[in-house]
Amino acid sequence: MHLSGHTLNGSEIFFECLRREHVEYIFGYPGGSLLKVYETLYEIQDIRHILVRHEQGATHMAEGYARATGKPGVVLVTSGPGATNTVTGIANAYMDSSPMVVFTGQVPSSLIGNDAFQEADIVGITRSITKHNFLVKDVKELALTIRKAFFLATTGRPGPVLIDMPKDVLNSSCAFHWPESVDIRGFKPTIKCHINQVEKAAHKIAKAKRPLLYIGGGVISAEASEELRAFAIKQNIPVTMTLQGLGAFPGNHPLSMGMLGMHGTYWSNQAVNACDVLIAVGARFDDRVTGKIDTFAPHAFKIHNDIDPTNVDKNIKVDLPIVGDAKDFLAVLLEETPNTVENREPWLAEIQSWREQCPLTYNMEDGALRTEFVIDEVSKQTAGHAVVVTDVGQHQMWTSQYYTFMNPRSIITSGGLGTMGFGLPAAIGAAFGITDRPVVLFCGDGGIMMNIQELVTAVHCKTPIKIFLINNSFLGMVRQWQELFHKEKYSFTDLADSNPDFIKVAEAFGCKALAAETPDAAKAAIKEALAYKDGPILVDFRVVKKDMVFPMVPAGGSISDMLLARLNPKTMV
Amino acid sequence: MKHIISVLVENKFGTLNRVATMFSARGFNLSSISIGETEDPEISRMTIVTFADDQIINQVIKQLNRLIDTIKVTDLTNQPHVERELLLMTLKLSKTQQHEIFELINVFKGKVVDIKQKSITIEVIGSPDKINTTIDIFKPYGIKELARSGAVAIHRGE
Repeated sequence: MHLSGHTLNGSEIFFECLRREHVEYIFGYPGGSLLKVYETLYEIQDIRHILVRHEQGATHMAEGYARATGKPGVVLVTSGPGATNTVTGIANAYMDSSPMVVFTGQVPSSLIGNDAFQEADIVGITRSITKHNFLVKDVKELALTIRKAFFLATTGRPGPVLIDMPKDVLNSSCAFHWPESVDIRGFKPTIKCHINQVEKAAHKIAKAKRPLLYIGGGVISAEASEELRAFAIKQNIPVTMTLQGLGAFPGNHPLSMGMLGMHGTYWSNQAVNACDVLIAVGARFDDRVTGKIDTFAPHAFKIHNDIDPTNVDKNIKVDLPIVGDAKDFLAVLLEETPNTVENREPWLAEIQSWREQCPLTYNMEDGALRTEFVIDEVSKQTAGHAVVVTDVGQHQMWTSQYYTFMNPRSIITSGGLGTMGFGLPAAIGAAFGITDRPVVLFCGDGGIMMNIQELVTAVHCKTPIKIFLINNSFLGMVRQWQELFHKEKYSFTDLADSNPDFIKVAEAFGCKALAAETPDAAKAAIKEALAYKDGPILVDFRVVKKDMVFPMVPAGGSISDMLLARLNPKTMV
Repeated sequence: MKHIISVLVENKFGTLNRVATMFSARGFNLSSISIGETEDPEISRMTIVTFADDQIINQVIKQLNRLIDTIKVTDLTNQPHVERELLLMTLKLSKTQQHEIFELINVFKGKVVDIKQKSITIEVIGSPDKINTTIDIFKPYGIKELARSGAVAIHRGE
């Protein structure tokens, strides 16, 4: 406000714009084309810059922060390799619809296209993995471009937006004007749902005998958990959630069914198979959810609410599409449905019988340490109130099964892209955003090595994350597929001979570390880790090597047709 | 089925690339694409010809709409519209066939835009179907080079 109309250089404008966007944290790494920005940053107190150790780490931290808080994550990296290192993180945020603004330095405008030192066409490279991207060619466009980028990243379906800033643009000056409003004629997302469509949905739902709510991450990003809870309880409708939707409805509520899909609960998938009205909210009928498309919810009248029209009828043809914000949809639905409810007890009893038929269980008899036990124990000790970050693989699926998520924005996981290496930096980012609840990370021994350098960032910033390393000395999920579908050829998945000593690794980074090999030791270590506040702590849980995640729908199979146990029990030993 | 889609887009660098990238990333067929400035210099009109069934074409239109630089997407296929393509073609010119070639140019309402001792360059404007036929008919006379603009299309006026 006070700087409006003053002449500022590009890097000063950059920070002034971030202030106007209420940015608290930048996850970044300096470099040649950003020297001017870092010169300005040197004097700045009110925006905190977190120095990462690899630009990929910055993007996952920004996403972890964004997912935990709902605010856009901000990344600042230099041109060339700095920019290309962000590609995986941007693609991850795009697939999981996380709001993020990535600023990349660029070589001076006059050199663009000349194969200059540290030049990469990052706008071209990221075109298909960003919601939109910009190359700023004139310092006079910088403020408006930044305003547009934050608006795009956070409005409608959230996603990553990239701004490429050539060095000369950051060095040159102009009068600063902050655009109070922004209007992009090609971007008018439908927020309010069409009322007639919602009325039709309400009518259909009111008469349903076997309705089922199928909830995705859209409910979390729309902050619609309260509306969902009120609606599900009012209409007595069971709720199954996708990986990203977990926490939208409290996991301990009798109507909560946990996750559906490939590693979903047996009763969720049976319910999808048997329901008469399926209400999909903020979910996109991903192949990991639907399995074989022709047999997905075959008896159901399908209602689909999504903010992004491209998600409607993309994978599955639905009967009643409703484009709009999930919060608006559920709020109107709550009003439009009658107070007297169809008798749903027989339906709930049927679901209960499936639950009893194939409950989630694991071997507790042999005294060995299992991932399921660790996650179950963390769930109990945190009463389901932690912010849980995962990496990708078996531990991720077990987290969905054994952690009882009580709150929205509590699972931060790479769902769409399945990015190993996501977990550690994402947990660090989440811990900057959330300080009143513990941030715990479940990560495999494969994934932790993919961004292990960020442990330095956590140590340096004294970020109190709990790193629960699920160490089975295998790339467990790939191993599982090798056992089930690839003739037990364990090709390059056994890490036993090549893994480092994780305790020594952690200690070398200055991180406190514990090891646990038995359930009792694990219990004590979890307790100690949760009580530790002086920085990150790593617990190396040496779990059994060859456990598999069940139940499981083989890829391309019908979700009603689940594998419940090993095909060949001999492979266990 | 063939669809002809008219898209108003921001007249900025990279817009054509965004559209083309989206088609390839989503695995959509892209038969032809042409682009040019409209009466408003900030807006370009893109004409896209694609072959797809109804479900896919719905996705194509939605994905086009989703791009931030697209302002309006219209499927002209089932609406009254005019569709034209420009063909420029250089043919071998021989004394014996000269007469026939000139007659055919008249039949197709073509124009001679350049003529040399041994070659003739003509332009023909018409629907993509007519352009296909033109090329077929002239093929036996020896086509040295040809260039097609891809279709452009517009709504018929009220």
